[in-house]
Amino acid sequence: MSDATQRALPEASWFRRKFLLGMTAKEYLRSLFTPVNAVAALVVAVGLPLIVYRFAFGLAASTNLSQTSPWGLWIGFDMMTGIVLAAGGFTIGATVELFGMKEYEAIERPAILTGFLGYVIAIVGLLVDLGRPWNIFFVTFTNGTASVLFEIAWCVMCYTTVLLLEFTIPFFEWLGLRNLERVMRKALLALTVLSVMFSTMHQSALGGLFMLMPGRLHPLWYSPYIFILFFVSAIIAGISTVIVETSISHKVFAPQFRGSSAADVDKLTIGLGKAGAIVLFAYFFLKLQAVTDMHAWGYVRSGWGAWWLVEMLGFVLLPSLLYAYGARNRKVKVVRAASVVAVLGIVLNRLNVSIIAFNWNQPKPYVPKWMELWITLTLLTIGVLAFRWIVNRMPVLHESPA
Amino acid sequence: MQGGFGHFTRRPFRLGGPIMKVNRREFLKVGMAAGSAAFIGLPARARAEADVAGAEESSVLVDTTLCIGCRACEAACSEANALPAPSPGEPVFDAQRTTSMDAFTVVNRFEKGADHSEVRYVKTQCMHCVAPACASACPNRALDKKRNGPVTYDAGRCMGCRYCMVACPFQIPKYSYNELAPRVRKCTFCAPRQARGLAPACATVCPSGALTFGKRAQLLDAANLRIYQNPNTYVHHVYGEREAGGTNWLYISDVPFEKLAMKVGVLETPYPDLVKGALGAPPFVMTLWPPLLMGLYAFSRQRSGEEERPSGTGEEKP
Repeated sequence: MSDATQRALPEASWFRRKFLLGMTAKEYLRSLFTPVNAVAALVVAVGLPLIVYRFAFGLAASTNLSQTSPWGLWIGFDMMTGIVLAAGGFTIGATVELFGMKEYEAIERPAILTGFLGYVIAIVGLLVDLGRPWNIFFVTFTNGTASVLFEIAWCVMCYTTVLLLEFTIPFFEWLGLRNLERVMRKALLALTVLSVMFSTMHQSALGGLFMLMPGRLHPLWYSPYIFILFFVSAIIAGISTVIVETSISHKVFAPQFRGSSAADVDKLTIGLGKAGAIVLFAYFFLKLQAVTDMHAWGYVRSGWGAWWLVEMLGFVLLPSLLYAYGARNRKVKVVRAASVVAVLGIVLNRLNVSIIAFNWNQPKPYVPKWMELWITLTLLTIGVLAFRWIVNRMPVLHESPA
Repeated sequence: MQGGFGHFTRRPFRLGGPIMKVNRREFLKVGMAAGSAAFIGLPARARAEADVAGAEESSVLVDTTLCIGCRACEAACSEANALPAPSPGEPVFDAQRTTSMDAFTVVNRFEKGADHSEVRYVKTQCMHCVAPACASACPNRALDKKRNGPVTYDAGRCMGCRYCMVACPFQIPKYSYNELAPRVRKCTFCAPRQARGLAPACATVCPSGALTFGKRAQLLDAANLRIYQNPNTYVHHVYGEREAGGTNWLYISDVPFEKLAMKVGVLETPYPDLVKGALGAPPFVMTLWPPLLMGLYAFSRQRSGEEERPSGTGEEKP
């Protein structure tokens, strides 16, 4: 991992600087003993053996999947929700690189990193869920073009590669490989175009999966246009997760924000909030239109209708209005609150479509086994730890030193 | 008219075949019935074979009025597919059963009327759709529709995503979750036997004539003929003629199908057609997005004028 420019420096010092945050090995190890790390270690220490258990004893032993609910938490949350929450990468990438809003450049790298880690976690979650993961490569060699899943598989594969390539910029910068970094910077525009292209296809295709199941998904959620709803909500998720992430990062990694002041972040947050309000409002009416199109208004009076109203009013209309109010009156806290509600709303929508309202007419409801939840939690924890590890070392949050 | 679906195209009608069970005489009667039905406007559904989806595919007609509930089909199925033998005896009828990973076909008992005097038996198995949702859902083509009718499964290609299970409008594919290399389990329509020119095991052993094996178009005509000749007995509907765009297993009954726990509300559209809109999008996205986005980029650069980006980003204007 050494490089011409670094060779002059003593090896230990380079390693310490790059990996141990400038500390000695002893100091570094001591610095790891924090309450947060203890909890994370516990989660992972139980979770990794659970993943081994899943493969050693099978899906029957580790999940509550059944003949009537073959899709559970690992598909509904890890895959469906994980992918949509990682949509910030292409949303912000397009904003900065294509729409020329350079002021958002400060949050582009964290958004891309979150996207990349989110996709990797979703793919690992999928591999845990698949009954015969060793056959996954048949997807690429088989022309299964009648399947929406074929499209998703290809796009997720390509897009994860694009995210990885986009992330090589801070990575090469970190290693001091200036030439490679410069090459990747030149490719960034093309990569951003590809990221929008692949995201358009697979974010919508994740909804397209359900077009095949009108008898299964509740009519209030089913729509022949569900793929459009999924794409629009992916943009909402992209915007909202970036706001949530920026506000958390700004607190947790405060020393990292060298270039951008708190006032700058507030300004960006309000700008994002404005976009969020508009897209959420459009999404609200698209969803109304979907129900009209399905002639499903009669269902609104049922129990499922009440549940649908919770999603529509509490997690689509409310965050839209909060965003609008916050952005208009320059109240950053309101925008941040709205972003949290909006993210929860997207999670709720994906869980409804793939698990809750998906099983509405099934004899037995699906409730995940604790092992399913724990493995999901483990993957999430590993993702957060990886994010922290990278952010503490590579130029992600702070501006690149000129 | 049935829409075509990808590789499951319609084939020209040809008479005969090594495993045809409907004889020529019955076939002629069917033709006459169809003709007169069309003439006097009866709702008989017999149509020219050229219009029938999967006309040449092998099919089975189930006449539920003839089934005696002997479950010989279950036993034969278990033997043909190397499954555990079904539990013998009457008590199995006390509860409604579904197909499972160890039973590709099950026979259920239903009361015909309210007075418990008469019962009907119905055999359940994979319907072998002409345009199957499961096979269209499978990205690995592990589930595949054969030209002669069966929807088959190849575990060697399956990655175990279970999309087929949720896609099937009849909820037929089952999964062996307990295995370390789990498989999708469902009726194979005895594809290996059919390849040798034999009828499926269940249809071979049926002693009561409830199961008739033949070509789909001819069995549809035979079914319609029975309904036409006994209009007061049969429900005027061939279950599977239009359900899910047409299935290779066809049912006729003297009791409304919903009373026999047959799935009602299955769409008449071939299920793979439902996703055509979404699958039509990628070519447009791939051709239109890049120029559109580059146009936006050019526009945004134009607008920002001579404004220089911060140094070191490598994006300076030439």
